[in-house]
Amino acid sequence: MLDVISGFVAELREVGIPVSVVESLDAAEAVMEVSLDDRKVLKHVLGATLVKSSAHRKAFETAFDIYFSQRGELAAGESDVDSGTSPDEDSGETALEPPDSSGALAGQDYVTSLPDALLSALVDWDYAALAALARQAVKRYAGIVSGRPVAGSHYLFRTLRHVDFDGLGQRLEQELIQRGEAHDSFAERLVVDEAAQRMEAFRKQVEAEIRRLLVADRGVRAVAKTARRPLPEDIDFMHATREELVAMRVALKPLTHKLAARISWKRRHGPRGPLDFRDTIRHSLSTGGVPVDPVFRYPRPAKPEIFMLADVSGSVASFSRFTLQLVYAMSSQFSRVRSFVFIDGIDEVTHLLAGTDDIASALARVNAEADVIWLDGHSDYGHAFESFWERFGRQVSQRTSMIILGDARNNYHASGSWVLEEAHRHAKRLYWLNPEPRAYWGSGDSIIEEYVPHCDGAFECRNLRHLERFVKALER
Amino acid sequence: MNHGLGVELSSPERFDSVSSVASRLEEVAYLSDEAISTVVFLADRLGKPVLVEGPAGTGKTELAKSVAEITSSRLIRLQCYEGLDESKALYEWNYRKQLLRIQAGGTASRDLSHNMGSSDDERGAAKQVSSSAGNDGWQQVSEDIFSEEFLLERPLLAAIRSREPVVLLIDEVDRVEMEAEALLLEVLSDYQVSIPEMGTVSASQVPLVFLTSNNTRELSEALVRRCLYLHMDYPDVERERRIIRARVPGISERLADQVARIVRLVRTIDLKKQPSVAETLDWARTLVLLGIETVGPDEARSTLQVLCKHASDIERASKDLFSSDLMPGPEELGSR
Repeated sequence: MLDVISGFVAELREVGIPVSVVESLDAAEAVMEVSLDDRKVLKHVLGATLVKSSAHRKAFETAFDIYFSQRGELAAGESDVDSGTSPDEDSGETALEPPDSSGALAGQDYVTSLPDALLSALVDWDYAALAALARQAVKRYAGIVSGRPVAGSHYLFRTLRHVDFDGLGQRLEQELIQRGEAHDSFAERLVVDEAAQRMEAFRKQVEAEIRRLLVADRGVRAVAKTARRPLPEDIDFMHATREELVAMRVALKPLTHKLAARISWKRRHGPRGPLDFRDTIRHSLSTGGVPVDPVFRYPRPAKPEIFMLADVSGSVASFSRFTLQLVYAMSSQFSRVRSFVFIDGIDEVTHLLAGTDDIASALARVNAEADVIWLDGHSDYGHAFESFWERFGRQVSQRTSMIILGDARNNYHASGSWVLEEAHRHAKRLYWLNPEPRAYWGSGDSIIEEYVPHCDGAFECRNLRHLERFVKALER
Repeated sequence: MNHGLGVELSSPERFDSVSSVASRLEEVAYLSDEAISTVVFLADRLGKPVLVEGPAGTGKTELAKSVAEITSSRLIRLQCYEGLDESKALYEWNYRKQLLRIQAGGTASRDLSHNMGSSDDERGAAKQVSSSAGNDGWQQVSEDIFSEEFLLERPLLAAIRSREPVVLLIDEVDRVEMEAEALLLEVLSDYQVSIPEMGTVSASQVPLVFLTSNNTRELSEALVRRCLYLHMDYPDVERERRIIRARVPGISERLADQVARIVRLVRTIDLKKQPSVAETLDWARTLVLLGIETVGPDEARSTLQVLCKHASDIERASKDLFSSDLMPGPEELGSR
């Protein structure tokens, strides 16, 4: 068991989940306290002792399913026996009888009946039968080739296409609607939701089965290696998919909060406030009642004002989707965030973001209404900055922190760096977040080097980890 | 190492097995799931604190209360907030009393009392102390004023010093600053508190400790490492239905099921604040009070504000749930 746990811990570390030595000892100790008949209990035990962040949960589950799938096979084998008969009783289907001897030998009627059997299992919500059917579907359609180093997403796709996953979902919806006699659209809506849940459960079963077969074929380590996915904080903004962006949105929230806390925290360590009498007396006791060290209250932190300038041009398209999310999240946390977007012109979008509670519609409004194109819609930082200074420059004060988000790829226009020089003099702080790797800075038409001297800090910001590093840097 | 101490302190084991945790929690109408009962069981066996994280209103605080109830322990609660310091969390010297003691000692041996203004009441109290302390020297006074008599217990120290079994709940630990978290570390890993003037106070029994967090910021590595981690999400339909049945008297199986399903649906909508379990229960109670047996669109719409609290959320949810019978379809709009 110890070997298994240390192997598992090694895999978690490989994925990027930090597991300390103490934690792996805890896990070993905890495992001895519970009976391990149940695989799920083991999962909870390891989850509670090794993985301390909900963002890492998904990666942990994948790794667990791979590492401890041997037991899963056993459990599946058992349920094979009893569920092999249950669909027969339920639906009178004889074709499903021998679950193990299935495969290519089965006749034509067998092929046509599998979707029907699936449908009836889904309608009756017979979980065990569904698991057996998922196994069969995989066996028949996935076409797993032994020894291929893949993670199995292709097999999943192939299996689902063959059982006509979407069509099945629709049939399930109709079936449930007929059964429940849903009269109004509201009840229908509920049924649709229920159907989607069941289909998702089925998809998970298929996925688990494929994974089990892969592990049986190639062994734990090899499969674990191909199944690794970056953690949410390691996903590159520039290449993130839509789902990944959604996942990041969740992870982003605490970070903006932190950023907020950091900026106001700074203010707390400014000049002292009035005398704290109670605390002074308390401290005076160590000097026999003579108040040698007067203690002062911290002043109320003044609200920081933040100007965020985000590049929304095509070259940083997916980054800007993210930056807009960041800007939006910030503006919902602070009352005094002013947001600007620019390409070659610049426009203030604070009111667009403030007017709505819904990020999607806020971003749609920014895209539709912000007037950011001055000439041709190619990045021109110089012009954007100059018009920023012209229109809003006077509002930049000692309390303003400025954050500029962009790659500084300027299409060989003038840099307009005097604006930043000026802004740096007026503003409290000026930071630049660049979505490009530092190695690319200054290559091609990137003129970030001209701006950096005027910033309090320029940071590479390609994923949430980088953003976090930036927030940490604010501490100092 | 932590464990070594746990053995030394030898508290009686509170639970026999994971399933007994679940069944005993159910007796006090707390419906746990497997993850919850496993972690509670481990917390008892390993003598480790539990960090419970998850969205608001999923029963994190309630878990600690229920565990206190089934183990018949005293619940000591430390509510965290920004600016929490050791004088509010650990202990504080009762400086007023200490002043009096110094004064009282002073009246006999030195003239300290003349320098300190004091009212009649204080003088009266001072005399009492001075009569017991007598003419002792300064040495005696300084030893005296840092004795147990002048110590004000705050939740953490109270939990450590308690003789009877204790469940310690440190609520919303993510609200304190990073720096204040350090206060908790000694208590959580070794179950002891060091007081410079007095020495180390160790626990006589290992308290069950629950820390809750709403995940507004990441907790420090050191703190998290010492804890077992439990992520508490919204319950699935099945568990939520059982919770409704257990907590709302007089609700029918059918209605409970329907409520759970609708709430799940509402949670899939992108809202500012998703309905919590507490709000689900409020809604179920409302429906029972109104005598509603089946929730149709009209009933749902008229009671939606129990489930969602923000005006924009209500608007959004009703738009999403009842859209097709509220607004003209796209074809109709197009024809105009």
